[in-house]
Amino acid sequence: MSTEAHAAEAPHGASVGTNLAIWIGLVAITGLEVFLAYEELQPTLMLSILVGLSLVKAAMIMSYFMHLKFEKFSLVLWLIPAIIFCICMMLIFFFPEAFRLLQMRPHGG
Amino acid sequence: MHDVKTDAALDSAWSGGASPFAMGSKKLGMWLFIVSDTLTFSALLITYSYSRLTNPDWPKPFPMNPAIIFSTTMTVVLLASSLTMVMAVMAAQRNDRKSTVLWMIATMAGGLTFMGLHLREWFHLFEEGATITHNPWGTPQFGAVFFGITGMHMTHVLIGVIYLGIVATGYGRGKFSAEDVEVNGLYWHFVDLVWMFVFPLIYLMSVKY
Repeated sequence: MSTEAHAAEAPHGASVGTNLAIWIGLVAITGLEVFLAYEELQPTLMLSILVGLSLVKAAMIMSYFMHLKFEKFSLVLWLIPAIIFCICMMLIFFFPEAFRLLQMRPHGG
Repeated sequence: MHDVKTDAALDSAWSGGASPFAMGSKKLGMWLFIVSDTLTFSALLITYSYSRLTNPDWPKPFPMNPAIIFSTTMTVVLLASSLTMVMAVMAAQRNDRKSTVLWMIATMAGGLTFMGLHLREWFHLFEEGATITHNPWGTPQFGAVFFGITGMHMTHVLIGVIYLGIVATGYGRGKFSAEDVEVNGLYWHFVDLVWMFVFPLIYLMSVKY
């Protein structure tokens, strides 16, 4: 069996303290999101901030709880750019057409 | 008989014969599933975001008390269940079967609590007159988007709870390995991760001031 296959079976990941700190961080960001919801920001600005904060939370969960930080970097390079590329393709094809249709609404949206 | 040259080739990360990402096929398979499911939820949430921004009369049926307090509690419960899952995986890596099963039961309890709270929220909206096709507050799309996205997520939670039950039973009886618990953990954390987008986008973007 190769060294890499042995590495797959060996315990890995962050300590209990680090995972607890990540959990507290996630709860704190959730609290910040709830606070922002009551600031009555413009929907576009609010959406941008919330998506940004959610991406930070997603990165924390993937890195520590899902152990991605402790896996081989080639796995990260294989998975993450593929997800980003596909989401970019959705945005590129969906939004221009959606906003063109919006302009065609009888009262201009 | 071993051919030293062939063995060396199979051990190479680039040959594909060893373990290119230093993980078993189950874990790699779960990562691939997570990528595909990420795209499913991305499509739903991108479509929702467009609908939310382009409809000025988008319903805002969630007051601070009780809806936002309620959904924030749901979020904290789901996050707590992720932490118990982390503890289960760590216990499995120590080969501590009893602790692993107990932490997994705690994770299932978190998932079931989340589902119970969520169903209560759904029935509250039903009582207020919201359905998939119409609602008393504004844009009729709201029901389809809300029940569609949260329903899709809740289905994932339900599958996760069943999956946890199967793996916990199998691991407790020695049929499954620590890797199976870790793969189960990946799925559960993904369900938690998706909620980190659903909660702010669906609930916090529709707060009743």
